[in-house]
Amino acid sequence: MSNHEQAALVRQSLKRRYRKERRFRFYGILAIAIALAALVTLFADIIGKGYTGFIKTTMTLEVRFDPKTMYLEDATDKDAFSMADFKAPLLAALHDVVPEAGDSDDRDLGHLLSSYAANKVRDTLEADPSLLGKTQTMTFLVSDDVSVYVKHADDPNYSIQLSEKQQGWVDQLQERGIIQNSFNDVFFQNGDSRDPGHAGVLGAIVGSVLTMVVTLLLSFPIGVAAAIYLEEFAPQNKFTDFIEVNINNLAAVPSIIFGLLGLAVFINLFGLPRSVPLVGGLVLTLMTLPTIIISSRAAIKSVPPSIREAAEGIGASKMQVVLHHVLPLALPGMLTGSIIGMAQALGETAPLLLIGMVAFIVDVPSGFVDAATVLPVQIFLWAGSPELAFIERASAAIMVLLTFLIGMNALAIWLRRRLERRW
Amino acid sequence: MNTMNSAIDQDVPVKDEPETRGGATFNDAELEGRTVGKPFADDPKFTLRDVEVFYGDARAIKGISLDIAKNEVIAFIGPSGCGKSTFLRCLNRMNDSIDICRVKGQLQLDGEDIYDAKRDVVELRARVGMVFQKPNPFPKSIYDNVAYGPRIHGLANRKSDLDDIVERSLRGAGLWNEVKDRLDSPGTGLSGGQQQRLCIARAIAVSPEVVLMDEPCSALDPIATARIEELIAELSQSYTIIIVTHSMQQAARVSDRTAYFHLGHLVEVNETNKVFTAPQHELTESYITGRFG
Ligand SMILES: Nc1ncnc2c1ncn2[C@@H]1O[C@H](COP(=O)(O)OP(=O)(O)OP(=O)(O)O)[C@@H](O)[C@H]1O
Ligand SMILES: [Mg+2]
Repeated sequence: MSNHEQAALVRQSLKRRYRKERRFRFYGILAIAIALAALVTLFADIIGKGYTGFIKTTMTLEVRFDPKTMYLEDATDKDAFSMADFKAPLLAALHDVVPEAGDSDDRDLGHLLSSYAANKVRDTLEADPSLLGKTQTMTFLVSDDVSVYVKHADDPNYSIQLSEKQQGWVDQLQERGIIQNSFNDVFFQNGDSRDPGHAGVLGAIVGSVLTMVVTLLLSFPIGVAAAIYLEEFAPQNKFTDFIEVNINNLAAVPSIIFGLLGLAVFINLFGLPRSVPLVGGLVLTLMTLPTIIISSRAAIKSVPPSIREAAEGIGASKMQVVLHHVLPLALPGMLTGSIIGMAQALGETAPLLLIGMVAFIVDVPSGFVDAATVLPVQIFLWAGSPELAFIERASAAIMVLLTFLIGMNALAIWLRRRLERRW
Repeated sequence: MNTMNSAIDQDVPVKDEPETRGGATFNDAELEGRTVGKPFADDPKFTLRDVEVFYGDARAIKGISLDIAKNEVIAFIGPSGCGKSTFLRCLNRMNDSIDICRVKGQLQLDGEDIYDAKRDVVELRARVGMVFQKPNPFPKSIYDNVAYGPRIHGLANRKSDLDDIVERSLRGAGLWNEVKDRLDSPGTGLSGGQQQRLCIARAIAVSPEVVLMDEPCSALDPIATARIEELIAELSQSYTIIIVTHSMQQAARVSDRTAYFHLGHLVEVNETNKVFTAPQHELTESYITGRFG
């Protein structure tokens, strides 16, 4: 074959190679585009459905604490107080702002306000008995039906439960600025509630944070220590092989099995209370450990052997080699693995259902052994609720959860950049 | 021991009958324990007798006996895979971290057993430092690279002492003038030759008695190589140096004695000029004249 022929052959094969490369690059871009499109659709859908969850609808009324209609002469008298009628001042105030409503409309009118409004009147008066007989400007949440009507009047997915007459009142009140939309601070200040307007994610957020704290405090040190032991100190024999295989197996075990294990061991055997972040954290620790051990071992393996040799060569002991050289170099990888494991744990629902974190819990948990729920379970509960107003709460809670997840992943990237060796 | 001494007295095989042995293939029996030249010294730093090293079942070092004198520079040469690195790494037990590696025979440093169960490896490595084929500075500052050894061995109690050690070591490695203004910059940011000198500085910072060098110049250009060779000449005043090299010129330039290895055997050891001008063993001659290796 002459040089010339050979050059022609090479040119031909070059063309083919470039074509192959272009095709490969196209597939890559296509794959990323599909993934991005899926992500954008998901976010658009969730945000589109859920943003109204961050809006609350309130009504501002002039409430006159009238002793006559309330049947309450002395606000400090406990017995009389418990018998008093706290709905009456609300109804009176509503009649003031909706003059066209007659006496027969009392029911319809009362229905505009959340059922918790009377409680607010009672609590206000209890806190300051001197208000009896005076008038006070107060803001109340409207009922779900009004809220749904105000936010979703044009949305065919929501059925409007208000009568024509009520709709007319609401339109008019909205125009006069008595009914208003504002940022839903209640959502971030309350625990769960039977009333969607009063239901919040704070309880779930605190529950999630407490659970994650337990998980992190247990799984990171145990996982890293196990990885270091297995990589650096354990003898290579059948037994360690067996352990290795089993750790990999554990990583593939469905999470609900860990829930069953937690139920059997922590609750039934050790007698720890149900529904508490401590047990949730323990269960999630079991679930996260394999991930952390596997990623930590990979990080340790990727430390160049020359560094190890260098340290051994000037007489560093095994422990010094590990602490001074291996660990600092492996730490970014370990942290990334751990945070990804934690993010998984944060989104985990199934095992927590089994240990009772699915209970209806109104109070924000104040400790590791307080009954609590977590964000994904709260979403699960709300999404399954028949009331429409809870659906938007679920979407809003999903956004909160996603924000946490994105935050954690961003933290992982940041930590990696920070700690990765800069030379 | 007996076989050893007699080995030297025995006739040197085949140097004078190359034709009959053709391309010279020797079996193990013909080479084992038959080192020619001067393997022993009067004032040995290392006393090595019948050393065998196994990787699993494979015998990589096949019964080598050798003395290494105080403050001498000895070069190990031989074709690739003949066991130079393996043998070198026995001297400060760097082989320990290879699970399948076993060492047999008698290895002594100043008359004390290196592989004794009670021997402290950390202490041994503080006395027998090592420089590797590829420069491997820590991903830390130049200062910390050199200071690491003294720190872990507790050689300096005060910062000023440590500064002195770092400066002395860097001067000893001929690197001080190049890096004195940037001791805080990363050691990995230096050039290959500078990195290797940094590694030498790091090794001598703990004032070892012996420095093992495994092909220290193989990744370096001729100028950097020349500097390291100068450095070896300087270091030889105060240290015992064992250097593995593939460059016979380098062996000739820097070493007092040269040891020729062949397939796990120590074939010939002698004063360097004798090895290169009048090799006694046919294999040595073939190797240094470039017939194989
Ligand atoms: N970690 C190991 N595991 C198994 N066998 C090994 C190992 N290291 C070296 N060997 C074997 O031991 C023999 C000697 O190897 P060694 O590295 O000592 O040779 P060398 O003389 O240093 O070669 P080179 O000049 O190429 O560096 C070779 O046959 C090699 O395959
Ligand atoms: Mg080698």
